[in-house]
Amino acid sequence: MADPLLKVTDLKIEATAYPPGEPPQDITIVEDISFALEKGRVLGLIGESGAGKSTIGLSAMAYGRGGVRITGGEVLVNGRDILKLGVSGLKRLRGAEVTYVAQSAAAAFNPARKIMEQVTEATLAHGRTSKRKAAARAVSLFAKLGLPDPENFGNRYPHQVSGGQLQRAMTALALCPEPELVIFDEPTTALDVTTQIDVLAAIKDAIRDTGVAALYITHDLAVVAQVSDEIMVLRDGHRIEYGAADQIINDPQEDYTRALVSVRSIDHEEKQPTDDPVMQASNVTARYKGTKFDVLHDISVALDAGQTLAVVGESGSGKSTLARVITGLLPPSRGQISFAGRRLSADLAGRSREDLRELQMIYQMADVAMNPRQTVGTIIGRPLEFYFGHRGAEKRRRVIELLDKIELGAGYIDRYPAELSGGQKQRVCIARALAAEPRLIICDEVTSALDPLVADGILKLLLELQKIENVAYLFITHDLATVRAIADSIAVMYQGRVVRYGTKSQVLSPPFDDYTDLLLSSVPEMKLGWLEEVIAHRKMESAGH
Amino acid sequence: MHPVLILVVQRIALGLLLLVAASILIFAGTMILPGDVAQSILGQSATPEALANLRAELGLNEPPVTRYFNWLFGVVQGDLGTALTNGQDIATSMGRRLSNTLFLAFWAAAVAVPLAIFLGLVAVLYRDRWPDKLISGVTLASISIPEFLIGYVLMYFVAVQLGWFSTVAMISDSMSLLEKLSVIALPVAVLTLVVLAHMMRMTRAAILNVMQSAYIETAELKGLSAFTVIFRHAFPNAIAPIVNVVMINLAYLVVGVVVIEVVFVYPGMGQYLVDHVSKRDVPVVQACGLVFAAVYIGLNMVADIVSILANPRLRHPK
Repeated sequence: MADPLLKVTDLKIEATAYPPGEPPQDITIVEDISFALEKGRVLGLIGESGAGKSTIGLSAMAYGRGGVRITGGEVLVNGRDILKLGVSGLKRLRGAEVTYVAQSAAAAFNPARKIMEQVTEATLAHGRTSKRKAAARAVSLFAKLGLPDPENFGNRYPHQVSGGQLQRAMTALALCPEPELVIFDEPTTALDVTTQIDVLAAIKDAIRDTGVAALYITHDLAVVAQVSDEIMVLRDGHRIEYGAADQIINDPQEDYTRALVSVRSIDHEEKQPTDDPVMQASNVTARYKGTKFDVLHDISVALDAGQTLAVVGESGSGKSTLARVITGLLPPSRGQISFAGRRLSADLAGRSREDLRELQMIYQMADVAMNPRQTVGTIIGRPLEFYFGHRGAEKRRRVIELLDKIELGAGYIDRYPAELSGGQKQRVCIARALAAEPRLIICDEVTSALDPLVADGILKLLLELQKIENVAYLFITHDLATVRAIADSIAVMYQGRVVRYGTKSQVLSPPFDDYTDLLLSSVPEMKLGWLEEVIAHRKMESAGH
Repeated sequence: MHPVLILVVQRIALGLLLLVAASILIFAGTMILPGDVAQSILGQSATPEALANLRAELGLNEPPVTRYFNWLFGVVQGDLGTALTNGQDIATSMGRRLSNTLFLAFWAAAVAVPLAIFLGLVAVLYRDRWPDKLISGVTLASISIPEFLIGYVLMYFVAVQLGWFSTVAMISDSMSLLEKLSVIALPVAVLTLVVLAHMMRMTRAAILNVMQSAYIETAELKGLSAFTVIFRHAFPNAIAPIVNVVMINLAYLVVGVVVIEVVFVYPGMGQYLVDHVSKRDVPVVQACGLVFAAVYIGLNMVADIVSILANPRLRHPK
């Protein structure tokens, strides 16, 4: 039997850790990984952050990010061990036989050079074809990937095209040298759900049409199910399960895989709105200083005590701007915010300390929302001091109470944020918000940066705390699964307007408006063939119109 | 109008405004110096009548604001006034000195800037290995030693012992370019050593900063050579900080070479200024101050404009 295109045996990857105050130590980040990939097949690598997916993917190019070293095993590409190649051998491999599609195309394209130059660069550097032919190939790839005006697309600079377009251009960049293997590293993770589906379909078509083999890395099992022939589930650098896509999705053997497949186990009963909302935004219109267009148009929403209003929409729809208006960071040009029966000052400076206390925020990036040089105790203790004047032993007692509420416990009080995991950091931020005993917490994409299982834990905690504290949440998210899990009412935003608003059951039941329909049908489902169904359905609909 | 053009015009307008502000400071600064110009011209034995006459003649009895504007209008028309000590037209005598200084600065820059950037690129290429450490060590050592010491040491070994170049950098109009270059070789070498480290370190730091970017990884994964990655992908994104430090050093080459000019007896602006400060020739000091300010502001303005033009987001708006 001929050699498979890619054969990895007993891969071991190490890195050096620098724990503070201790000598550097070697840590193993990937161990005992073996797999084989035939020509034209797609293997999905799935796992949470830190599972070693990207590290394994990059080992197929014999590349270690940062201080990462491949210390054991073999990586055979077409039968030769690329770990034994010298500098010139690696140069011939990278960008020619094996290419790479990075997670964030916006960061992976050089801002100072035109797209065409970057897409054809590897092809030309490896002398694969003439400049003219490479450009022609790039244009045909642009067309195949559904980019607008493929002839001239390459003449633009990266900042002149949208994120979704750039991600497709990245795929063109990887396919242009006619490689045998492409590593896709979370190629759609940074995109809106409505954009993701198109890029996903474009990537899938391109893989099929060019017959290239692919490693597809993602944390989203529903996405990988759409493109892979086989799936390997990873956790902490070890293989959990490896099999055909169908088997992994429909008949997972391991508990961890089952947890990934059935994530979002939350069952939340919807509460009905009352006539006495805790927060009400009436006809809010707002624009940023120095700009000439409104980012919010005539927004009216209300939120009851102890309930959750989910604000959904894609990036740029005005979700976070609405939060800025409610918190007073951006005074609206028209409309007003009332809170607990009183009218809030539009401007932050005009609000009383009581207004500030009752309205707290939790942010997407927990690690940048905390001062890295303060301990958990100081961070949570600050609002206790500021709003209630607690000091000394009294403050410490309250901090420990709050730490117990967020299921961390007193042991964490003297730790620094850097010593916490992503989920723990977000819990500390929740405790800091709760410390003020607010009536409303604005949660801005609080689970977007977290792995699914960790996010699930955070959502459960938030719901639990809502029951105890009777606090209302304004929950900003682009993730419809999260919305289903926790919302009582939903506002769908699109281009600065609320296009659909009501209780969860109203908003999520047909008949839908066009945008909500698009949004709902774009969320990947955990079943094989879903992508084809949706694309076929959309083609039929647009043909019918 | 193209947004870049607007930004550039704004920069230029700001530069001019700054220059006017600098001229006010210079004028006010020389104004509050102790002593009396008429007294210093005529000496201690002058009669009160003679002093009064000279004051009236020089316009010293006018209010300061009027005198400032008289001076400013003269400057705008190219009239920098006359030197008190020898009665010569300042613009004429300074013109020759300034062109000498610019000549020296130009050749020092022509050697130092490409060399600094090249060494910076080499240091990045061999980061933390011996070439990087050697370059950093040598350039830092050269910036740490006082420039007059380097000047005398070079003079002693190269000019006196080896007899290669001359110890005195007197140039005149009758010399050919080659002769002039041979004469200024030593001061150029000293100035290069003085400004090299700053520019080289900044080039290295700016490029290393860019090397952290995701697009550098993309370039590496294309199988490009290390030099191509640095030169084609990192360097264009590091231009702005590099240009800024280059311009500050160019300005130093024009206005900060007093010591070197004295050491090598070079007939430049620095010597001219020092001579006239010691003689209390206020109009010359004012004129020199204004020219130096203009050079500083002008070069930094160029740095700003290059930074604006180097930014593709500004050059090619959506």
